[in-house]
Order: sequence, then structure tokens, then C-alpha cells
Amino acid sequence: MPEQANSVVVEKLVKRFGDFVAVDHIDIETRKGEVFGFLGPNGAGKSTTIRMLCGLLRPTSGRAVVAGFDVARDPESVRQNIGYMSQKFSLYNDLKVIENIRLFAGLYSVPAKDLQGRIDWALEMANLKGQENLITGTLPGGWKQRLALGCAVLHKPPVIFLDEPTSGVDPITRRQFWDLIHEMAGEGVTVFVTTHYMEEAEYCNRLALIFRGKIVALGTPSELKRDSMTGQLLLVECEPLGAAVEALQAAPGVMDAAVFGNALHLVVGDAAAAQPQLRSYLETRGISVSRMEQIWPSLEDVFVSLTTASNTAEERKP
Amino acid sequence: MLGRLKQMIIKEFIQVFRDKRTRFILVGPPIIQMLVFGYAATYEIHHVPTVVLDLDHSQESRELVSRFTSSPYFDAQRQLTDSRELGDLIDQGKATVGLEIHAGFAQQLRSGQTAPLQVIVDATNSNTALIASGYISQIALGFARDYQRDHIYRIAPQLLEVMPSVTLEPRPWYNPGMSSRWFFVPGVIGSLTLVLVITLTAFAVVREREIGTLEQIMVTPIRPAEFILGKTLPFFLIGLFDVMLIAAVGAFWFQVPFRGHIPVLLTGVVLFLLCMLGVGLLISTVSSTQQQAMVTAFFYIMPAITFSGFGFPISTMPQWMQYITYALPLRYFLIVLRGTYLKGVGMDILWPQMAAMAGLGLALITAAILRFHKALD
Repeated sequence: MPEQANSVVVEKLVKRFGDFVAVDHIDIETRKGEVFGFLGPNGAGKSTTIRMLCGLLRPTSGRAVVAGFDVARDPESVRQNIGYMSQKFSLYNDLKVIENIRLFAGLYSVPAKDLQGRIDWALEMANLKGQENLITGTLPGGWKQRLALGCAVLHKPPVIFLDEPTSGVDPITRRQFWDLIHEMAGEGVTVFVTTHYMEEAEYCNRLALIFRGKIVALGTPSELKRDSMTGQLLLVECEPLGAAVEALQAAPGVMDAAVFGNALHLVVGDAAAAQPQLRSYLETRGISVSRMEQIWPSLEDVFVSLTTASNTAEERKP
Repeated sequence: MLGRLKQMIIKEFIQVFRDKRTRFILVGPPIIQMLVFGYAATYEIHHVPTVVLDLDHSQESRELVSRFTSSPYFDAQRQLTDSRELGDLIDQGKATVGLEIHAGFAQQLRSGQTAPLQVIVDATNSNTALIASGYISQIALGFARDYQRDHIYRIAPQLLEVMPSVTLEPRPWYNPGMSSRWFFVPGVIGSLTLVLVITLTAFAVVREREIGTLEQIMVTPIRPAEFILGKTLPFFLIGLFDVMLIAAVGAFWFQVPFRGHIPVLLTGVVLFLLCMLGVGLLISTVSSTQQQAMVTAFFYIMPAITFSGFGFPISTMPQWMQYITYALPLRYFLIVLRGTYLKGVGMDILWPQMAAMAGLGLALITAAILRFHKALD
């Protein structure tokens, strides 16, 4: 019996393309029934990692065990025990719905006695009951995405990888999609999701933030919001906004200033102490402050703060 | 293992036959191209536009000209009066051959002298010019021989009894009518199969890479060999069907005789298809878009046909170029095609060609599978 059938264990995983280190010694361990989010900007190494975990890419060094099988030594067993759905819709557009389902059932060797049950399940899940004979390419985007997920899990894999599953999908479909994901996680399936949508990250049980091939933060969304910010966050409403940002970026004690909608988010060391200083700093420069208070950071704030911190650290290196 | 392969093959056939355009491509172009090539690819010349400038106006000159007008090779309808006009017509491309019979032609013949016949040939197309010149000298020499005999008969009939001559008894084997269609039709079967199978295979794989389905398939437990087999077996069968289709057009429409044994031809076809699938797959592993695949296929197809002996004899190519031809499967397949169609020879003669195609096929398929593994990384 393979150890940790429902998990993804990654130790010091590295992938180099020539001189470029796409994934740089990352460690991850997921739990059974967990929705694990893998967050990071484009090009940070998300897709490379997921492709290694699916046995599509050979790691340069390190170890990754997925559903109990080593990805480098036994990629075929890994692939029999995972479901994978990528950011691009990748079923066959010119096949009928039922033909796509049958194809993937065959590729995953779904036993004949279970076949009809799994087909019905997939149709039910994709909301396509009675529409088996539609050409897949004619389906609306959200339906296609659900069908793709259905096809990827026909063999009931203990681990599912979703590579930016809901990019280009409307909010309602996205919501339904995440309900499905949580349903599967509730049945004990480990779901590994990459995304760069912050609202999507909030749906995850735990998150790893990857930047330039390294994991810069790991924890639940609330842990990240509580612990990962260097400093505290201030919301400032003032007039005029543009001049305020410029002035504040140079102000003493301000680590970062950015526009968020009609207001500014400032990162400061101690929110309570900084408030009176900053208010007078702004008012001496002719900027009227209508509101200033400490707020809890959103994941986006954490994300921006961590990536800029990592950026500056990188620049300080000789 | 067999289950996964079966699913891939079913899928491939559904895709091929669902699309109306692809369905047409499998049958339409091969037949149309076979007909076009069968009629157009020929070295023969007929009705070469010819102009005549007869400045002699004698019985002899009219007799010579009439031999040209009655020949199926020349259209010598136009009589000119001015040698400048002759030059102009050849410049404009309205005439390919110009015959000029100078004044005094008959006079010279009657007095037993050698009379010149000036022949101007537009040799832009050297091949046509060469063949036309051949026919012209045949006609002129025929006229000269007959004139000589008449002349000798008139002055010393007894000499005819002792006049030595050589009679030619040509026996063109395998193609007694020396029809270039018989030469070209088997070649067209080979080159059409090459174009069709290479492009279909290369495109089928690259399309999957381009739209992302390749990645989705590769994360299932399918093995690369199963994927490749699932991709190529349908095109192998389609290729087999198309070869038989165009071979039937060659045999029944163009009446090119098939003198050999069908199993020998089929062996050649199977080995050749193996090679072409290998080339198609290799092209797909070096291309990430369909455009790249098209350009790469084009780069292979043009020289592959030129060097194969399809139209130009390999023996006249420079030595180093002849070495290249040994790497081209079409070279061997053409020998098998012409050998089975026209010569009716069997395995005892054609085995080296079969062995070469088998070797090349295995090498190409192996290289394609290895490259495919690499291309996934």
C-alpha cells in the first residue's frame, strides 16, 4: 500500500531550464481532503511545479511523491492516480460530449462495470444530462470547464491538480465550480489548485505563495493575513489622491503606498503611532484627509507586500 | 494497454470522418491530382507550333513542308514570306520551331549537291527543343533518303540493288509505345502518397499540441508509444486506402498495365507508409504550430520528390547528390512501383529496395519516438 495515498509531498524540488531556475528548492506537504492553493504571479513557477507533479516534466533534483508514487521514478502510476485540468480548455472540441467522456474513461481504464455509472455521474456533474450528443465545441465556457473537470476525475483519483481552472469564467460559474471542488475535497480528495486570482485563493484551506521559483509564504488565508505582512495596514481617504501617493512614498515610516479604488493603502510599522504623524505630514502639504484607520490586510495586500519585500531583498544582494 | 490504444484510434477516426473537409481531402485531391498529373506530366510533344518560310517555292520544298504539316508532332500551318517575321514569331512565343528553305534548295538537290535546311528552335525549354529537333531530323532525313533513292533510280537504277543501309529494329521493353504516361503514373502514386501521409500525420499531432489536448492526453496513464501508435495507425490505414484508390485510377483510367504481383506491391506500400509516418511524426516533434509544420513539411517534400527519380534520372545527378538520394524512401518506392507495374518483377529483384525501406522506416519511427519523449519535457 503506497504511503500517503491522498497527499502531495514535495522535498527540495528544483527545475532548471539551462541557467534559469524555474523552481528553486520548494517544500510542500498537503493533507487528505485539503484544498491547497498555489498562488503566484505569472512566470513564478506555478505551472512548472504542477507539470512536474503530474509527471509531465522531470525534476532537475529533489523529490516529489504524489498519491504515494514518486513522480520521477513512476510517472505512470502517478498519472493513473491523479486528475489534471489545465487553464486551457483541453477536451476535443470536435467530439460529442459523450465521446469525450468515453475517450477519457478508456484512457483511465475505468472498469466496464463502473463505466455507465461514471458516465452518468460526469454528465450529472457537468449539468449535461440529455445533451450527450452535443458537439463539445458548441458548449458555453463554464459548461465546458465542468465537463473537463468531470472527464479528469472519471477514475476517482485521490489527488486532483487544477491549473488556473477558472480563468476566463464568469463569477457565477466560478462559484459553482468551487462548490464542486469543495464537494470532492469533502469526500477526501486532495485538490491542488494554482491561481493568480485572490478571490479564488480565499476558497483554499491552505496557500503557498510562490515567487521567482521560491515559496515565500505558506499557511491558511487568515494566517497569511495575520502573520505575513511586514508591518500594519492603514486605509487613507484623502484629496487629491495622486499627490498624496507621491508624497507618502517619500514619507518617514511608510514602507509602501498604493492606490486601492478611491483610497490609499499604506504599510507602516505601527499603525497607531503613525496615524497622527501622517495626518499632519499630509495636511502640511495641502492634502485634506477625510478618513484614516487601521484595516486588516486582504490576500492581495499580503501578496503585494511579500513580492515587493522579496524584490527588494533580491536587489540588495551584491 | 490495448484499451487505451483502441480509444485513441476510435477518437482519431471520429475526428477524421466528422469533418466534412477532412473527409473530402482523403478522396478528392488524390484523385484530382492523379488525373492532373496523369495528363500533364509528360515528356511527349504534340502539335509544336511551327512556322515555315519557303523561299524556294519548288516542288521539292513543298514536298518537304508537307511532311511537316502531315506530322502529328508539328502544327506547320503558317507560311511566311519574310525572315524577320519568323524571328518575331519565335520571340513572341507564337512559334517554337521555324523552318527556312532558302531559294535554290531544289536546284542544289537536282544537281546532286547537299542542300541546307535551316531550323530555328526556341530552346528555352531544352527538353521540348531536344525532342522536337529529334523529330525534325527524322523527317528531314526521311525526305533526304527518299529523294536520294528517287534520284539514283532516275540516273542509275541498278545501283539501288547494291546500296548498303542499316535498318533499325528497336524493341523498347516494358513500355513498347514509349509512353511517358506509363513512366509517370506509378511515380505519381508514390509522390502523392508521400505528400498526403506526411502532411496528415504531422498536422494531426501538431494540432493537438497547439490546442492543448496533447497535454491533457499525456497526463492520463497513456504511454508515448500508445499515443504515437494511436495517432499513426489510422493514418496508416487511410494511406493504404488512398494508395489503392490512386493505383486503381492509374490502372483503370490511364490504362497503365499492372504486370507484377499485388502482394509484392502491397509489401512495398506498407514499408513506404511506415517511412512516411516516421517523417510526418518527426516533423510534428520539431514544430509547435501548424504553420511551422507546413513550412517544415514543404522543405522536406520538394527535395524528396526532386531527388527521388520521379522526373529526373538519378544517374545524371552529381555524385554527392546521388548519395543523398539513398536516404529518401521515395527513391526505393518508385523502383518498386515501376518494377511491379511495368516490369512485372518480384521479390527476387526488389528485395534490396524493400530492405532499404524497412531499415529507413524503423530508423525514422525510432527517431520520432525518441524526439517525442524529449519534446514533452
